[in-house]
Amino acid sequence: MKIFNSRAWYKFSKNSLSIVGLLIVSLIILMAVFANYLTPFPEHAGPFVDIPNKIKPPSSTYLFGTDKIGRDTFSRIIFGYRTSLYLGVIVLCIAVPIGTGLGLVAGYFGGKIDAIIMRITDIFLSIPPLVLALSIMAFLKPTLTNAMIAVSMMWWPWYTRLIYNLTRSIKNEGFVVSARIVGASHFHIIFREILPNCSASLITKITLDMGFVILIGSSLSFLGLGVQPPTPDLGTMVSQGSKYLPDIWWLSVFPGLAILIIVLGFNLLGDGLKDLFDVEL
Amino acid sequence: MNIKFYLLQRFYSAVIVLIGVSILIFIIARIIPGDPARMALGPTATQEMVEQYRDKLHLNDPIHVQYWFFIKGISEGDLGESVYTKRNVTTDVSTYFPATLELIIFASLIMVCVGVPLGILAGRFKDKPIDNISRLISLLGVVTPSFVWAVFLMIIFAFYLDILPVAGRLSQDTIAPDKITGLIIIDSIIRGQFSVTADALKHIILPALALSLSALGQASRLTRSNITEVYDKQYIEMARAYGYNEFKIATKYALKPAMIPTLTILGLDFAAMLGNAFLVEFVFAWPGIAKYGVQAILYKDLNAITATTMIIATFFVFTNLFVDLIVAYLNPKIRLSGIQ
Repeated sequence: MKIFNSRAWYKFSKNSLSIVGLLIVSLIILMAVFANYLTPFPEHAGPFVDIPNKIKPPSSTYLFGTDKIGRDTFSRIIFGYRTSLYLGVIVLCIAVPIGTGLGLVAGYFGGKIDAIIMRITDIFLSIPPLVLALSIMAFLKPTLTNAMIAVSMMWWPWYTRLIYNLTRSIKNEGFVVSARIVGASHFHIIFREILPNCSASLITKITLDMGFVILIGSSLSFLGLGVQPPTPDLGTMVSQGSKYLPDIWWLSVFPGLAILIIVLGFNLLGDGLKDLFDVEL
Repeated sequence: MNIKFYLLQRFYSAVIVLIGVSILIFIIARIIPGDPARMALGPTATQEMVEQYRDKLHLNDPIHVQYWFFIKGISEGDLGESVYTKRNVTTDVSTYFPATLELIIFASLIMVCVGVPLGILAGRFKDKPIDNISRLISLLGVVTPSFVWAVFLMIIFAFYLDILPVAGRLSQDTIAPDKITGLIIIDSIIRGQFSVTADALKHIILPALALSLSALGQASRLTRSNITEVYDKQYIEMARAYGYNEFKIATKYALKPAMIPTLTILGLDFAAMLGNAFLVEFVFAWPGIAKYGVQAILYKDLNAITATTMIIATFFVFTNLFVDLIVAYLNPKIRLSGIQ
């Protein structure tokens, strides 16, 4: 499991796309964390107004232009990344433990528990993800926290299904059977024998999903049902910018590209890990 | 095990899932804090009005009675009145759904007609330029949200090149043909109004393209991986040894087994477009169910939200069932023995 032992690193770095992914992701995380120091106008992230500099096209001062009230789009995109990453991390911190736990229990114990858990999972999976998140948001106030709850609600079933299938195949392996014969407890078998053997698939899926959670999150805020202004968010920026097409094109094009790039980064990195660990998802 | 048993089992599990979905949607609509009646009527409504509305929505009854009314409504096709449009939700849905259906059918046509041949070519010419192009298209398709595609396509084709309309289903001076199916393109062809067909086609290209791009990439990658797997099989080598030409080998021996697993995913993609339609309809002001749904959410319109979600879930489940039936027919293993 050591990602950074030299052989694994060699294997990973042979695919140049994986390296590109790693670079994009680390660069974005770095910029988002140190946004206060790295952006040219950190104060533009909030409700800042600078009327004389409004609607400026991209220039050397304002790399991606300014919006209707004179805020720098570049600075706001970097702060938007912060919101996106925050959403992605929290959603996965909620969805992964729930999904993994249910998948382990259903796959390991089988029988009635299996039937109940997997049927519920099927039901969640039979509503298109975005529609489920939207119908939950419909009854909640549009805030970042609620968006996180809604996206987590639709995300856990994918982990349940993945871990369920893995558990079912691992639990009949020799080492699990021998552990059972020497009298290991269910708890020991699940957490010390089965779970560690799911970790390669889990890490890969989490990496890939980071991008897709960010994508869904930006879709929610694009519809006005997620993060509310003035908090900078990429989806909201595209949505508000698209009202001023085609004249003020930079307000929607750059945030749109920004979403594309972060999702691409996590996707390439995830694909690299998939090859490295040689897992199927 | 035989085919009848298999089909029955499939149908049975679809019904179970639908009942589950109805409970799930019902629970979401009921357990979430806040009074739906108050939310719908707004802060200016009097307490009396809210109470009346609560009675009308059966919100004062015990929870299982409420669920009974909900199911009864669904079975009778009566899902209550929309607060915003003041019409029966069923009427609203039947007005808006055809527009969305037309959009996703057209998007799926693009997905299948471009994605599958691209995948076949990529699989046939592995690691050649065409394979890399298809890889790039699929990567970009997957990582770009459909609303970003929508904005990009709009800027390029509607504003910069100015060859396609910006929004809507028809131009302002074009009158929609009398409703037969609700799908303007089909209706206008049936009625022989071909200028309307042309106008409708012009309007549908951009939203359908934006909607199809992410699914298209997936379709082509999937076709590719399935077809390369089949091309490695011995019976293909056998067919080559017999001297059959490549076209016959591709169409007769490689495509059919490769398409069976692909088909299941295509079905899922087709149904999943209903979700992404929310984003694309929003950009192109497409008067479909998704736009209606978003509006319902903004106005906290309880009946409209439940109806929209229920319709979409039903559509999703039945599409999957339908695809399973096609796969069952195509796959001799299932057709003859009912074993998957």
